[in-house]
Amino acid sequence: MTHRLKGRAAIAGLGLTPMGRVYDSPMGFAVEAVRLALADAGLERRDLDGLLLNPGIAWSDAAMGSFALQQAMGLRDLRLSSTMNAGGATAAAMVQHAALAIDAGLATTVACVFSDAPLKPPKPAAGDKKNGGSAAAYGFARGLNAAYGQIGVNALYALVARRHMDRFGTTNDDLGAVAVAERAWANRNPAAQFYDTALTLDDYHRSRWIVEPFHLLDCCLVSNGGAAVIVTSAERARDLRQPPVYLWGFGQGHPGGDPIDTLTSGAPLARQTAFAMAGIDTSDVKVAELYDCYTFTVLVTLEDYGFCPKGESGRFVQSGAISPGGRLPVNTGGGQLSSFYMWGMTPVSEGVIQARGQGGERQAAEHDVVLVSGNGGILSTHSTLVLSPLPS
Amino acid sequence: MTEATPKPIPEVTEELRPFFAAAREGRLVVQRCTACGRRRFPPRDICSECLGRETEWVVCSGRGHVVSFNVMHQVYHPGFAAEVPYAVVLVELEDGGRMLTNVVDCSLERLGVGLPVEVTFERRSGDIALPQFRPLG
Repeated sequence: MTHRLKGRAAIAGLGLTPMGRVYDSPMGFAVEAVRLALADAGLERRDLDGLLLNPGIAWSDAAMGSFALQQAMGLRDLRLSSTMNAGGATAAAMVQHAALAIDAGLATTVACVFSDAPLKPPKPAAGDKKNGGSAAAYGFARGLNAAYGQIGVNALYALVARRHMDRFGTTNDDLGAVAVAERAWANRNPAAQFYDTALTLDDYHRSRWIVEPFHLLDCCLVSNGGAAVIVTSAERARDLRQPPVYLWGFGQGHPGGDPIDTLTSGAPLARQTAFAMAGIDTSDVKVAELYDCYTFTVLVTLEDYGFCPKGESGRFVQSGAISPGGRLPVNTGGGQLSSFYMWGMTPVSEGVIQARGQGGERQAAEHDVVLVSGNGGILSTHSTLVLSPLPS
Repeated sequence: MTEATPKPIPEVTEELRPFFAAAREGRLVVQRCTACGRRRFPPRDICSECLGRETEWVVCSGRGHVVSFNVMHQVYHPGFAAEVPYAVVLVELEDGGRMLTNVVDCSLERLGVGLPVEVTFERRSGDIALPQFRPLG
């Protein structure tokens, strides 16, 4: 029996600002992303009655972020407004909350927005102080972890990756295969930051170590920009400018505990809910847009959705399965590794493009079932969307 | 650039005061929930097992094993400029609790998941002794 929520809501608009070393305020990027998403859908600001915001790290005062964005855009009479944060799982989670609110009659047309501006414009070199090395400039280093030289999230993910390597024999060739595959996709996406730059496995191995087992090219491409989608009812979406992208299923999984013990994300939980709603199995997925803050995250996520058994993702990616021409196109826009890092909006946006069939040179031939995953923390939070151009 | 920047000196927060007081005397302590007995590190206000609020600090054997490690190649703090590449290690204590720490007197080649280690103490400043680990035996 078909799930009541399958195909009830749809994504009707997508807005992507320029990404990367482009400069604006986080608010500026958010406003522009919503404006572009509305234009894409053929809607006006007055058509919006819901606004969900996932503020990136550069939002200084995010507590009332969605209200601040409402004021900045002059939006009136919203029936739904929230600022949400479950890390990289937020984007797909916002789409879910929008769909539920629409089904429940709280709102009809909801913008889901992410923006960030962590990159600062280059400064003139006047009074060069960059080698000052004053300990006073390192006020962040007061905690116990910093005393041991443990600084930054790369280093935490690296611990989990090392454990996976130790338990399953995963290698840097396996991680590199993800980086190379995603770059090959980026080379087919004119909007990707690395569109013009090829990547070989040798290049990958030659890229500098950040924190072993991660090279520079294992890590996502921190970017400035904004991304938004418009969620509405399936009926309404059919009257709008773009082909509707139907939400067949969705779910979340937040396992708790320490992933270093399980080497597993929240995907198994989230998948269960989402696939049951969509009425699909893993083998039905034609395209997968997987959260890829690190190459390693893709390996774990492939395992956790059952594309390969636990511990065998290295072999899976080395077989060419996820590359252009492979049996499961993954991160077809180049992903966070080679296109842009907009937290969970990177996989959501590319999922919309693929489901619509608007991927140009990178379009997957079969795209009736598109999987989107979001992941936050250190494999801590997870969200799943199953998208389709077909109503059911 | 005449003198090297020292490694960061951790702040003795209220939460970590017993930890550093013990370390100064050459003992490694972790929290123990007085309600359910579960040992934990890093410290927390609330026991995630039984939600108890009362804790005591108990002395550990100081032995454990390496759960995982990374190798830091970038200098995020100038105090580590002379150290890179260096490893940050997650140690599971045999009597409960996990610490992010370093393993001293150990080459990167020798370091591995499962390596048995024991605590030792590094004098980081006049007041601060920092628990570190070294290969056991």
